[in-house]
Amino acid sequence: MRALLLRDLRLAMRAGGGFGLGLCFFLILTVLVPFGIGPDRAGLAPVAPGILWVGALLACLLSLDRIFALDHEDGSLDLLATSPLPLEGVVAIKALAHWLTTGLPLVIAAPVFGLLLQLPLAAMPWLVLSLLLGTPALSVLGAFGAALTVGLRRGGLLMSALVLPLYIPTLIFGAEITRRGAEGAPVAAPIALIAGITLAAAALIPFAAAAALRINLR
Amino acid sequence: MIRLRARDLAVARGGLRVIEGVELDLRAGQALILQGPNGAGKTTLLRTIAGLQPPAAGTIEAPEDSIAYAAHADAVKPTLTVAENLAFWAQVFGGEGSDALARLDLAHLADRPAARLSAGQRRRLGLARLLVTGRPIWALDEPTVSLDRGSVGRFTKILRAHLGQGGIAVIASHLDLDLPAQVLDLDAHRAAPGPVARPSSFNEAFG
Repeated sequence: MRALLLRDLRLAMRAGGGFGLGLCFFLILTVLVPFGIGPDRAGLAPVAPGILWVGALLACLLSLDRIFALDHEDGSLDLLATSPLPLEGVVAIKALAHWLTTGLPLVIAAPVFGLLLQLPLAAMPWLVLSLLLGTPALSVLGAFGAALTVGLRRGGLLMSALVLPLYIPTLIFGAEITRRGAEGAPVAAPIALIAGITLAAAALIPFAAAAALRINLR
Repeated sequence: MIRLRARDLAVARGGLRVIEGVELDLRAGQALILQGPNGAGKTTLLRTIAGLQPPAAGTIEAPEDSIAYAAHADAVKPTLTVAENLAFWAQVFGGEGSDALARLDLAHLADRPAARLSAGQRRRLGLARLLVTGRPIWALDEPTVSLDRGSVGRFTKILRAHLGQGGIAVIASHLDLDLPAQVLDLDAHRAAPGPVARPSSFNEAFG
């Protein structure tokens, strides 16, 4: 298990691995939005939580199809499926590796992007917290979509169509935490809900994704 | 005692039976060579034996977690070095095999990124993986593709050593390997053309 995690991280870091891809996308989005909407605080601050969360979601989506597609193409997935590792564990580890290379950098860099969008300083901790709680769910749900479409050429579009509806609850509660944080309103309810979504996804999705992989490998 | 048995085995590709009525009984030290024209179902049969897909009919008996499968694709990551590629699979399968690189004449390439290997060298790396899995039953799909004559000889020697240690090998190959092996001609087991079955995944979803 540890070997698989280390390998995936190493592959992501090396040339063409896609590490930083999501981060760059996020940066481009947050730089472009003020040009589109106008740089004044009155216009940007109210929409900043929503834009930051949509950006995080799309950045995550960008690298999802890599989770299983590359391993399927070169035959590694066949071997992982016949290895002593349980396929459910393989899914969980690969989702974790995806989060470490895509979600975690976003969490760490989020305050900088928040500044670009004039997000009030009071909301920064809540933005980081909401991303920290929410992005693991994005990676795990994404792994499910990637597992469903693994054998398909150009399955990226289908995968987006399958995964995006699953992302909506996380998006709503994540943006809600940040918005309420900016206003100083109570945030306990959306935090509990987003944490619940993430925990439920992390607990259940690996089994569903492993079943999808088994069918796709036939 | 390792034993691989298949009784009245039928395998399907895309919901269509390609082979039926295959009987296998291999004991420790025995090898079987699968022959048949393209599309005869060699790969499908090997994938079924490896457990990647369920048989359409019949049974396969083998000890659990005993089969190492080597497909057309070598499962080599281009950005990792030769040694890193092999070390990963050794860790996943928990096998031993520090001499695997040397036995396939790859030791001098250990630190080279796999992207810069030739097709034959990459194939040798894929075969070296068999040695680190530590599994007794090898299911090999065209293992000698893109190997030169020297490498084929080296690989045959490895196969003999594996059989000598009580291993079993099922090999799909067009090439005449210099091995004491039974030959199974899949042409004789070609499935009778019948009505197209619904793909099994649909049955699973709706029935």
